[in-house]
Amino acid sequence: MEGLTGLSILFIALCYGAVALFLAAFLAKIYSYASTPSPLKIPTTPAPTTALGVVARMAGEVVFFASLFKGNKWTWAGGYLFHIALAAVLLRHLRYFLDPVPLPVELMTYPGLEPGVWAGVVMIGALGYLFVRRLWVDRVKYISLFADYFALALIGLIGLSGVTMKFLIRTDVEGVKEFTMGLVTLHPVNIPPDIMFITHLLLVLVLLVYFPFSKLMHLGGIFFAPTRTQVDDSREKRHVNPWARS
Amino acid sequence: MAKLNFEVEKLTGEIITPAIKPGATAHVKPNPASGAHNSAIGFPAERVENWEQKAVEKMGELLGKYKSLRVFMDICVRCGACADKCHYFLGTGDPNNMPVARQELMRKIYRKHFTPAGKLLGSLAGAEPMSESVMEQWNSYYHQCSQCRRCSVFCPYGIDTAEVSMAAREIMDSVGIGQKYCNEILGKVTTVGNNLGLQKAALANTLEFLEEDTQELCGHDVKFPLDQKGAEVLLIAPSADFFSSPHIEGLTGYAKVFHQAGVSWTISSYASEFANFGMFIGNFDVMKTVAQRIRQAAIDLGVKRIVVGECGHAWRVAYSFWHTLIGPWDFLDPRYKNPTHIAEFTLDLIQRGALRMDKTANDDRVVTFHDSCNVARASRMGDKPGGQFDIPREVIRATCNKFVEMDENTIREVTFCCGGGGGLLTDELMEIRVKGVSPRAQALHDVMQRKGVNTMAAICAICKAQFTKVLPEYGIGMETVASLHQLVSNAIILGDK
Repeated sequence: MEGLTGLSILFIALCYGAVALFLAAFLAKIYSYASTPSPLKIPTTPAPTTALGVVARMAGEVVFFASLFKGNKWTWAGGYLFHIALAAVLLRHLRYFLDPVPLPVELMTYPGLEPGVWAGVVMIGALGYLFVRRLWVDRVKYISLFADYFALALIGLIGLSGVTMKFLIRTDVEGVKEFTMGLVTLHPVNIPPDIMFITHLLLVLVLLVYFPFSKLMHLGGIFFAPTRTQVDDSREKRHVNPWARS
Repeated sequence: MAKLNFEVEKLTGEIITPAIKPGATAHVKPNPASGAHNSAIGFPAERVENWEQKAVEKMGELLGKYKSLRVFMDICVRCGACADKCHYFLGTGDPNNMPVARQELMRKIYRKHFTPAGKLLGSLAGAEPMSESVMEQWNSYYHQCSQCRRCSVFCPYGIDTAEVSMAAREIMDSVGIGQKYCNEILGKVTTVGNNLGLQKAALANTLEFLEEDTQELCGHDVKFPLDQKGAEVLLIAPSADFFSSPHIEGLTGYAKVFHQAGVSWTISSYASEFANFGMFIGNFDVMKTVAQRIRQAAIDLGVKRIVVGECGHAWRVAYSFWHTLIGPWDFLDPRYKNPTHIAEFTLDLIQRGALRMDKTANDDRVVTFHDSCNVARASRMGDKPGGQFDIPREVIRATCNKFVEMDENTIREVTFCCGGGGGLLTDELMEIRVKGVSPRAQALHDVMQRKGVNTMAAICAICKAQFTKVLPEYGIGMETVASLHQLVSNAIILGDK
């Protein structure tokens, strides 16, 4: 710990703490989803009659948001754009955690094109659209909670602080990478004393801690909805309710 | 019919999403069950002491028993894709009839009592404790859901409001707040064997009368056997098939199919009910008790297979749940699909050439088909996904010359509920029933105007009862509604093969 500033010690502790809390709470949630029994067969039909078919159905949901597409094209467009852009942004950020940097991650920072950065801009735009939509459509306004605006605003601010470091107030990228690699390799070094970076990081830590206790758990939960994950074979194969009295 | 004290939508053929009208149907509530109704099926007769806490404890129990509830309470992002998909919202504009809002009535309690954020931050985290006013909302809006699953089709996570409504009703029953319609009927079916409380002698009379009537009308000695030991098929029909119209015409159709195919069959006086309201109230044990009579009847009568009549939620219970509830089927012949839907049974015979049809017998009809919600989204027929849509249509095409579809956004997997399913087919809920049928009424009106449709075939006892009662409020005559097997009954050629 020699040579670490007080600020660095604080943030190193916060980073490890937030990641640990995120992982523990996220896994606890997943365990509760996985371990709760399904007493009955309830796939929303027409449903696949084989396990392979279920994999295809779930792939359609996870990769293309197939049901949302059926439900509302505008919401689908905003939501899909956001998630794709977020994926590109996260891919780009892997460069701070991997050394050497693999090619797909490298491509996100392709000089002159910077797809990862532009994805960030798109992401902020999509979030803005989703935010305005919540105020605009009377039905959606009625159902929107503080938590819904909060999640959009939090991720939006993370995005804004991120692109600010690219376009307005350049940050010491080398210093950031030294700091993040220090965390990854468990040999922490001083945090760059850059207000924009520290703001960005702090917001990310808030998101990590908030995540498993919020609706953002749809990330894990989508894989456990019996309506989509069950095979339609109730006549062919007897499904047993583990808690049924005989 | 009594005059309605609310306005009925004008028929234009179009389904329009209304602006939200908060509280529009907050006043629509079911009649409460009496103490006797509740205790007959194992629930507390009166509201229990400390009921708020007991309700929360029950919710905790259900969260541990149902993966669906556990996951669905957490992962809704309130995207609103479901908001304009519920027929009750489309018909009333009441925002609590948006599926997501209906779920939120439970989710806010879940957050308060089961999540750290809700415990710490309260209303800021969208949490609210269980209270009298929450229970009032539950009683209204969880009885304005027909568990039709249309919302779940459009949900990015497959969240099914039916699961939430069932859990809510289970919680209400567990603290002594029962719904009269469901609980009274469940008392009858678990003691007498059918929802009507029809005793064996009355059932025998009805079937005898039907035999005479059928003989008179078609000139053939079509039997309606009761408690015939050693028959090949046990037929389980919704009890409405014994006395309502157009249900009874459907039952006549089943009988003619068995007669002409030369398949011995029987109805059971011990299990003379296909419907299983145990599902409506979300109680596994009651649902099992109701289904158990059918297992017993099949064993006692020594049948080889079970064929079931036209009923939607009941087909869901039979197709999806029976194997779990009353299986394994080691007492039935494994060569058959058990249970078999009567539409599967009839189509198979038609395709094998065992039945001949005179389609011109239905030439006075231009037929459309209403997919029943629970058949469409909670079951299957045949071997392929979607057989539940194709098989009834094949039967119609084999028996009628003129068949047309309603708007594609109102049929097959996105079909609209009739508005009377899920335990809502009771007079005090008439406002929600009439308003809830409006999307279906609009789509039907559209093909009546443009294509000359005069018949809508259905395969559910509730659909038929609901439509014949509420469509006339829109100016559509009850004679428009037909049983699928009524069309079969009209067209089937009896006698020499």
